[in-house]
Amino acid sequence: MRVSFTVNGREETADDVWEGESLLYVLRERVGLPGAKNACEQGECGSCTVYLDGAPVCACLVAAGQAEGRRIRTVEGLAEGDRLDPLQEAFVECGAVQCGFCTPGLIVQAHDLIERVPRPSDAEIREALAGNLCRCTGYEKIIEAVRLAAARKSAAE
Amino acid sequence: MDFLRPQTWAEALAAKAETPEAAPIQGGTDMMVELNFDLRRPAALLDLNRVAELTSWSAEEDGRLRVGAGVPYARLITELGDRLPGLAQAARTVGSPQIRNRGTVGGNLGAASPAGDSHPPLLAGDAVIEVESAARGVRMIPAAGFYLGVKRSALAADELIRAFWMSPASGPQYFSKVGTRNAMVIAVCSFAVALHPGERRVGTGIGSAAPTPRRAAAAEEFLAAELDWDAPLDPAVLRRFGELAAEAASPIDDVRGTAGYRRHAIGVMARRTLTWAWNDFRAGQLGRRAG
Ligand SMILES: Cc1cc2nc3c(=O)[nH]c(=O)nc-3n(C[C@H](O)[C@H](O)[C@H](O)COP(=O)(O)OP(=O)(O)OC[C@H]3O[C@@H](n4cnc5c(N)ncnc54)[C@H](O)[C@@H]3O)c2cc1C
Ligand code: FES
Ligand code: FES
Repeated sequence: MRVSFTVNGREETADDVWEGESLLYVLRERVGLPGAKNACEQGECGSCTVYLDGAPVCACLVAAGQAEGRRIRTVEGLAEGDRLDPLQEAFVECGAVQCGFCTPGLIVQAHDLIERVPRPSDAEIREALAGNLCRCTGYEKIIEAVRLAAARKSAAE
Repeated sequence: MDFLRPQTWAEALAAKAETPEAAPIQGGTDMMVELNFDLRRPAALLDLNRVAELTSWSAEEDGRLRVGAGVPYARLITELGDRLPGLAQAARTVGSPQIRNRGTVGGNLGAASPAGDSHPPLLAGDAVIEVESAARGVRMIPAAGFYLGVKRSALAADELIRAFWMSPASGPQYFSKVGTRNAMVIAVCSFAVALHPGERRVGTGIGSAAPTPRRAAAAEEFLAAELDWDAPLDPAVLRRFGELAAEAASPIDDVRGTAGYRRHAIGVMARRTLTWAWNDFRAGQLGRRAG
């Protein structure tokens, strides 16, 4: 089947999509956006998190056909040209990235958090990121990065 | 495989009648795992996401809420948490924020897993499941009659789940779940309590401790007879309630826990949830008297 949707503001069409295929597969293998990572394909790790019509979801659990006509935003759509999103900057500065596999999903999920809750408490950060697994960092630096990005963003507004 | 995209409820029912082997997909949080791992290869997927009727809820004339099968957990929590507190508590424990943005009570009912977190509060709160087929119209199935076996429900092959009906809480409600960590776990076992002060009755629901979700019927009858609604909770009544709730379970040993542990935990959760609910209820009563 053919599936058309908007990704990061651009119209995209994918052809010959298998009916049981996930949105994650379509994004990575057909649209050429490898930012969202594929690790578990069962909703456990959060590394495939993207926005679907404004809500963060596991792209591995959305059937491609369900994305027809919808708006997707991936980690690739967060930076503006060369200017990184404050979260992306903070992740780099705080050492919240080691192997980096979990990073795109964490950044999309944390991005949604600080859009909704400009100054989240540590408990709120942990709650929001509960569905994102990281094997490397021990999470402390990730939480630090979210805190820093939230503070900068609030100060800038 | 086909991908069917009904736009309305009538079209969805027609599609299901025409292709009964088509598997409905709402949030996809159960279905996609099965597809990704090749555990299931339905002849067709019936995508319900475009059916707007499923994603709304309303307060009906008889005072009950009618909640569309496709309302995701995240909205259930923010929009109905005050009126359906037991169910909202259970919803807060489902998966992660990403899962709660997609997963629905309709999908939980459709999967009919004994471990589904929405089932105990639906049972404790006397929910009724509205299902419909093009051929036979609407059937209203009380939650207690909906679950038939492990992943088996009263839903017929040509039927779809339209909504669940539930009264707004008339008293405190609590849900408790044992899991191996705080987030992202399927319940080892769970328990829900709903106080119905107008009827001087307490509703219960047991999860993940029997082939189906079920009520602790004997424990409910015991409280209906023995609970003094104008007094502090009698420790002997509380203890007996816990014992009867544990006896209502018929758990199995599996990788997540032993039968013995589950039975014990059901008794503990029954006592705890009733204590929490009773304390809230008494505080409300005393508050009203003082005010
Ligand atoms: C990482 C992860 C964590 C999870 N954690 C939990 C948890 O803590 N607690 C819990 O209870 N569940 C959990 N789940 C399971 C799942 O999220 C829930 O069962 C959810 O309620 C399913 O809803 P859905 O809309 O996504 O269902 P779908 O996957 O769309 O459908 C599930 C089943 O219901 C059927 N169905 C869907 N809608 C209808 C309808 N309207 N009429 C008839 N049949 C229908 C489908 O055909 C399918 O068989 C988890 C899943 C994942 C991937
Ligand atoms: S790949 Fe989607 S959650 Fe792990
Ligand atoms: S940095 Fe390696 S998984 Fe998180």
